[in-house]
Amino acid sequence: MTVTDDNTNAVPTPDNNLNDNKPVGYGRMLRKEDPRFVRGLGQYCDDVELPGMLHLAILRSPMAHARIVNIDKSAAEAHPKVKAVITGADLAEQGLAWMPTLSNDVQAVLATDKVRFQHQEVAFVVAEDRYSARDALELIDVEYEYIKPVVDVRKAMDPESAIIRDDLEGKEDNYCFKWETGDKEATEAVFANADVTVKEEVVYPRVHPAPMETCGCVADVDRVSGKLTLWSTTQAPHAHRTVYALVSGLPEHKIRVIAPDIGGGFGNKVPIYPGYVCAIVASLVIGKPVKWMEDRTENLVSTGFARDYVMQGEIAATKDGKIQAIRTHVLADHGAFNGTAAPLKYPAGFFGVFTGSYDIDAAYCDMDAVYTNKAPGGVAYACSFRITEAVYLVERIVDCLAYELDMDPAELRLKNFIQPEQFPYESKTGWVYDSGDYEPAMRKAMDMIGYDDLRAEQAEKRAKGELMGIGISFFTEAVGAGPRKDMDILGLGMADGCELRIHPTGKAVVRLSVKTQGQGHETTFAQIIAEELGIAPDDIDVVHGDTDNTPFGLGTYGSRSTPVSGAAAALVARKIREKAHIISSGMLEASVADIEWVKGSFQVKGDPEKSVTIQDVAMRAHGAGDLPQGIEGGLDASVCYNPDNLTYPFGAYICVVDVDPGTAEVKVRRFVAVDDCGTQINPMIIEGQVHGGLTDGVGMALMEMISFDEEGNCLNSTLMDYLIPTAMEVPDWETGHTVTPSPHHPIGAKGIGESATVGSPPAVVNAVVDALKPYGIRHADMPLTPSRVWEAMQGNHTPPI
Amino acid sequence: MQVPAPFEYERATSVDHAIELLNRLGSEARIIAGGHSLLPMMKLRMAAPEYIIDINDLSAELQYINISDNEIRIGALTRHQQLLESDELAAALPIFRDAEKVIADPVVRNKGTLGGSLCQADPSEDLSAVCDALDASCVIKGLDGERMVSMHDFHRGPYETAVADGEMLTEVRIPLRPNSSSAYHKVERRAGDWAVASAGAAVTMDGDVIADGRVGLCAVGPNLTNIEPISEALRGQAPSEELYARVGQIAADNSSPNTDTRGTAAYKTHLAKELTIRSLRKAVARATGTDTGAVA
Amino acid sequence: MQVTMTINGEEVSREVEPRTLLVHFLRDHVGLTGTHWGCDTSNCGTCVVWIDEEPVKSCTHLAAMAGGHAVRTVEGLEVDGELDPVQEGFIQCHGLQCGFCTPGMMMTARALLDRNPDPDEATIREAISGQICRCTGYSTIIRSIQWAASKERETAVELAGASNEGASA
Repeated sequence: MTVTDDNTNAVPTPDNNLNDNKPVGYGRMLRKEDPRFVRGLGQYCDDVELPGMLHLAILRSPMAHARIVNIDKSAAEAHPKVKAVITGADLAEQGLAWMPTLSNDVQAVLATDKVRFQHQEVAFVVAEDRYSARDALELIDVEYEYIKPVVDVRKAMDPESAIIRDDLEGKEDNYCFKWETGDKEATEAVFANADVTVKEEVVYPRVHPAPMETCGCVADVDRVSGKLTLWSTTQAPHAHRTVYALVSGLPEHKIRVIAPDIGGGFGNKVPIYPGYVCAIVASLVIGKPVKWMEDRTENLVSTGFARDYVMQGEIAATKDGKIQAIRTHVLADHGAFNGTAAPLKYPAGFFGVFTGSYDIDAAYCDMDAVYTNKAPGGVAYACSFRITEAVYLVERIVDCLAYELDMDPAELRLKNFIQPEQFPYESKTGWVYDSGDYEPAMRKAMDMIGYDDLRAEQAEKRAKGELMGIGISFFTEAVGAGPRKDMDILGLGMADGCELRIHPTGKAVVRLSVKTQGQGHETTFAQIIAEELGIAPDDIDVVHGDTDNTPFGLGTYGSRSTPVSGAAAALVARKIREKAHIISSGMLEASVADIEWVKGSFQVKGDPEKSVTIQDVAMRAHGAGDLPQGIEGGLDASVCYNPDNLTYPFGAYICVVDVDPGTAEVKVRRFVAVDDCGTQINPMIIEGQVHGGLTDGVGMALMEMISFDEEGNCLNSTLMDYLIPTAMEVPDWETGHTVTPSPHHPIGAKGIGESATVGSPPAVVNAVVDALKPYGIRHADMPLTPSRVWEAMQGNHTPPI
Repeated sequence: MQVPAPFEYERATSVDHAIELLNRLGSEARIIAGGHSLLPMMKLRMAAPEYIIDINDLSAELQYINISDNEIRIGALTRHQQLLESDELAAALPIFRDAEKVIADPVVRNKGTLGGSLCQADPSEDLSAVCDALDASCVIKGLDGERMVSMHDFHRGPYETAVADGEMLTEVRIPLRPNSSSAYHKVERRAGDWAVASAGAAVTMDGDVIADGRVGLCAVGPNLTNIEPISEALRGQAPSEELYARVGQIAADNSSPNTDTRGTAAYKTHLAKELTIRSLRKAVARATGTDTGAVA
Repeated sequence: MQVTMTINGEEVSREVEPRTLLVHFLRDHVGLTGTHWGCDTSNCGTCVVWIDEEPVKSCTHLAAMAGGHAVRTVEGLEVDGELDPVQEGFIQCHGLQCGFCTPGMMMTARALLDRNPDPDEATIREAISGQICRCTGYSTIIRSIQWAASKERETAVELAGASNEGASA
């Protein structure tokens, strides 16, 4: 069932404080984590200060591709405050110079043979303070022998290109992998007979998540016990611990990973970076705690980038606008090492959902992924495992079709949606969409923005030579990875544990395997437990981000916290409730069948006077006296939840832009986002997640890009050059929602963390391209900076790479 | 976080003291005012002075906007925020408020200074174009006293000025003429970004004709000051869209921008024209009392 | 060198290298870690503190330059156990998610409201335009600041009412 209750964009005031509803369960409530943050009392990684702590700084390569001839570290070692200077050769002696990536490739911790991207890690210094560590980097002398870098992804497979990965035995080209999905022949057949086919190259340039807090860690190896404690900016503390155990040989129980407060992740803090390993090695070698924190340049130039797909999009349709098939070839730039963080069977992430929200007859994709002399990474920036690229491709190519058919892009989409009765719907590339009701979301977005009036305004403006554009994007995501039969990362199944303990007085502690980076887990997970057990969220402590004190699970990314760990939390609470139910039967002297659960208490059916609260039961569970036969004391439970399927949130986004015809500057005037993430736990937090993602979308569409010159030098290495939207570039966001619960999820929730980042870039780009329609423009690539828009207006559009 | 290389810190107690320090410490000494240009360069280790002379205590001597009948004198330590907020300055030279609204961001403007901006001499720096359009002069002080140089002579090239070792910029002087006004237009990729290109115009009217006019451009070529053909083209002409277009074309013809991440050379050249037209149109409207307050 | 300044009303003195950045002085030498850093180039604004009641980016300011001045940080917003209305507003309006940019945002907001008790949306956007938030998309930050503004106006009206009553009694 789809609920389309009225959205409120009402603003909290001191008189209404409408977010402060104190629900015992779902609803708007203030965040439990905020009181410490607004006082400046958050504990982020760089806030960790240990006695005797040393500081680590990394020397990076100035060149993108070069053989290391010699490293002279003697001057650095002579610096009075320097404790150690370590090179790749030093690590190689310990067998630690290389480490596995999350995609089963290997990556150099410190370069031994050659450097493969600009700013690659070459050596590190450990010193008494952070200033001295930085100073000593200048004292290391490295001799490089230049190799022509492979920068242009389109030329990576040329025979004359240098082989980047000569560390891999027998490697004679720059292929990373080939991948295909869908039915090639069936798709060809549809294209051959279609009334209309449209082809367009669509580039999603390399961008960077750039969370406000950079990556870093503090490694502390206890000299006596040999136990490593690692405070680390990680979205996946358990997965990281296991990988550290596999890499370093330290037994896993001697590793404790603590993810303290994290200043934004967006996928940037999923991979394991060389810096973490260096800090661990340094602490092991020196026997003191060692801190490493990236500076902003290091973050932008070396850590997990996102996108970098060159997509040939093709769409086939009847002349009246029934979409029949979508086909694409993708050239994927994976940088120097395949550091993609995605389930192993999915080297292209979930790009297979490129058929979007449309019921079509055939689809096919083939992909060539290549190595280049650029930083490794690939899946980051709230991308939902490449669904960002998939949604951008389909929503752009559908707009190209609308252009060719001279059809309204809203009408074209409405005509092709998968219909509600078709769910669960298996797509032509094999994805089973769990639930959806697309038209109401689309209609709601159109109503909220006043679609018909805007089109009328646009016609008037065009007559006067003014440029106004309306862009639509309708996306379906696949999140909540994932079913362990299909999905693992480095052999680790993607199921999540959850532990719940009810104390004798009826207060509770719930322990999660996931880790918030701002999503508000301390609040929403308390609300999930509250909804199931009737214990107020303020009475529930949420513990997360510490491998010694939480159950195993794969962490927070790909919008998986609510779909996977949220389900685990609901199920563990239900397990407790079942036990409490039995205990209550003893207390009420009634049979279990005669007792019903009314949120917060067990009541004898038909006799509400006879009831016990969950708190009463908790005390009884821990207290004196006998419990019903076969029931152990205490009120604790744990589960490990393995999802049946992914969840499929969706949404309809409409963006309005104005373009200055003289300067080509784009102004985003309005943006309406109608999201459906199934059951809503805290609408305030959902709104916040959506707002943030929409801003990302404006950033990518209009200004963000990591680019390189011909020598592989990164041209966007500071926030002066890598532009992130400020409050001046974005409008006041208008949000709405529909609710179509997931049928297989215990509470029907689907996840919302990445919807807006995934869905908004095509809306903005489609709006700009729509504004430029009078110039005969059907497509223009991101980032749509004034210069790139102006060049497109002159008929000189060029791809950004 | 990146950190500067070591240096010694001195705090000047007067302008004379600062100059004495500059001369005593030699060419490895740098003055710091707001620090928003110098410190990032030092953190990136593109600059590594041995001595830093802090002049922030010299507000009594160097922080002022003095307006007389025929001249405005602005102290080198005057903060961007003061240049933005001064109603008197905005009334006399509205180009300052136009420009200051789009220079860096409000927090940086609290500390950044006029002198620091001019001495950094970044080709994309806005106030150099403003001062050029206004035909400003710079007062440079050394052990031998003061000397005055035009903006054209002040800028020697990218990141290079006429301020010699042992000297400091103390004041900017701008002539005030009756029946005059000015305006500034900038295109940036995002708020707080450096200019993709910008143009400032100042005009003096004589009845229905432009008696004198100047245009200052930013980010479209090295040391692009005092474009005389523009002034020649404006002198004695009645304002018209055709005139603005012609002058805009001269601005474009005199530009020699590079293609970079901010934009292509062709686009920047186009902006030199477009923004010259817009700023001239606005400056004339203001000078003739016909400005509607519209943005472009 | 010895650097002495007032931080949140208390005199603090430390022996530091002349090159010590103010943000490191606060965090590493004084232990006030509420002020964060997010870039090296004064572009992100997570490091904003007050010097003499004016917001300044402390990653691009030498501790030595702040010597003799009054610095206020996020830790100084709460007075006598009572949150500043700006802090309350950020909680009430969901003006933060990861919390990293929040201290800088709140310091700028506090300074804005001290100068302009009733700023409109455009004024607030402009005031925080040198500060990047990667989580919120800014709308809720703007609402937070407006919440604080209305709270302060209401309080001012109440105080005025109370003092009028006092005068008449």
